[in-house]
Amino acid sequence: MHPVNGNLTMQREEIITKINQLLIEEIEIEENLLTPTANLKKDLGIDSLDFVDLFVIIENNFGFKMKAEEMTDVKILQDFYDYIIKRVQPN
Amino acid sequence: MHRVVITGMGIYSVIGKNLDVVKESLYHGKSGIIFDPLRKEMGFRSALTGMVERPSLKGVLDRRLRVGLPVQGEYAYLATLEALKNASIDQDFLDKHDAGILYGNDSSAVPVVESVDILRQKKDTMMIGSGYIFQSMNSTVSMNLSVIFKLKGINFTISGACASGSHAIGIGYLMIRQGLQEIIICGGAQEINPESTASFDALNAFSVRESDPTKASRPFDRDRDGLVPSGGAASIIIESYESALKRHAPIVGEIVGYGFSSNGEHISLPNVEGPAKAMTMALQDAGLKSSEIDYVNAHATSTPAGDLNEAKAILSVFGSSAPLVSSTKSMTGHEMWMGGASEIIYSTLMMQHSFVAPNINFENSDEASDKLNIAHSTTSKEINAYLSNSFGFGGTNSALVVRKFNP
Repeated sequence: MHPVNGNLTMQREEIITKINQLLIEEIEIEENLLTPTANLKKDLGIDSLDFVDLFVIIENNFGFKMKAEEMTDVKILQDFYDYIIKRVQPN
Repeated sequence: MHRVVITGMGIYSVIGKNLDVVKESLYHGKSGIIFDPLRKEMGFRSALTGMVERPSLKGVLDRRLRVGLPVQGEYAYLATLEALKNASIDQDFLDKHDAGILYGNDSSAVPVVESVDILRQKKDTMMIGSGYIFQSMNSTVSMNLSVIFKLKGINFTISGACASGSHAIGIGYLMIRQGLQEIIICGGAQEINPESTASFDALNAFSVRESDPTKASRPFDRDRDGLVPSGGAASIIIESYESALKRHAPIVGEIVGYGFSSNGEHISLPNVEGPAKAMTMALQDAGLKSSEIDYVNAHATSTPAGDLNEAKAILSVFGSSAPLVSSTKSMTGHEMWMGGASEIIYSTLMMQHSFVAPNINFENSDEASDKLNIAHSTTSKEINAYLSNSFGFGGTNSALVVRKFNP
């Protein structure tokens, strides 16, 4: 797996597809649960240890380090998409 | 005081991944030793090892339950599943009763190496992920299995070097006998990988008979040249007789004696007195005379000094009663942290099926083994009681006595 930032700018839909793929393959969340309004903890079952793994997965796949303080407002999957998109496409 | 019975056994070993296959391997004297080319490439003096396929638990256990589970935990999970099934214990029962776990384990090298490799490469602990901490602790097996099976009783790991599995059963036996627990999953697990055995290989303790792997582990034989590392996991369900009776559980044996001692001498060289003391204590605890033991499952690992001293110790305790003796390590190699538990299973299978497994590769005796009644080949034998030895670095010794259950 290679970081996809840098010269290659990912489109919004590409990023969402990639995030969903990682959540399905790496965190083993069932695909039908991945709706934008799904609560990360309550609906997707992502616990504090899974967030530790997500840190590694995001850096390996998107090339940036997630920061815990930036995640405080990330509650639902759409928040998570928006957070990643903002970091991958800063402009 | 409560009687302590064995109601279930399960195993994942280099001579079979379940009880039925293991029983056949024992009966036919089948070796589980191979030559591992990777170890030679890495610079091992000896590339010999016991080997068993790594389990695939994806789809069996949830990701969160797998992430913190190292390879020996995977072996132990499968061994415990088999043991619980044979003990007629399901998850509903575990949810409603206080069952505990006391497991022998004394290393978890690969997760330590891999996590530090990541740190050295990435220079950021956050890149290590969530699983390695739970994989790398010595208590990894008991901590993981207690979560997987939702256990609510005693829960810790016994690290007693190559006697870990035996001490785990001994401590479990004492707890149940005292009435402190009704059911405990006891066992031992041993990782199989070069990382965990490299520093042991450095001691020149391993056999270098690489041209003939299945002949390399030859306990008590005059021409033995060292042990062969091995691994896997073995679980037994021990419980009070009252508990077993209440739930109409199958009883496969009764633990009646536990003896232990420390040599108080050298860190790696064994002596005669320590093991003899543990065996004597186990017999006294069992209330049995040495002549009432039909079979001794020796610790004998195929090292020159260890086997010699154990043979002398067995002679000093059993004298002319001369029970049949064999070391199943001739087939399995040295299962180290697992061995004390697996050898209870091997011996109990022999007791159930009235045979003594051969001490394979025993072709010529030495001065001490010449005086033992060693089973050269598979021997039909009614076993009413056996004693199993396990010794480890630091001079730790454990002996367990198990007999057929008579209500």
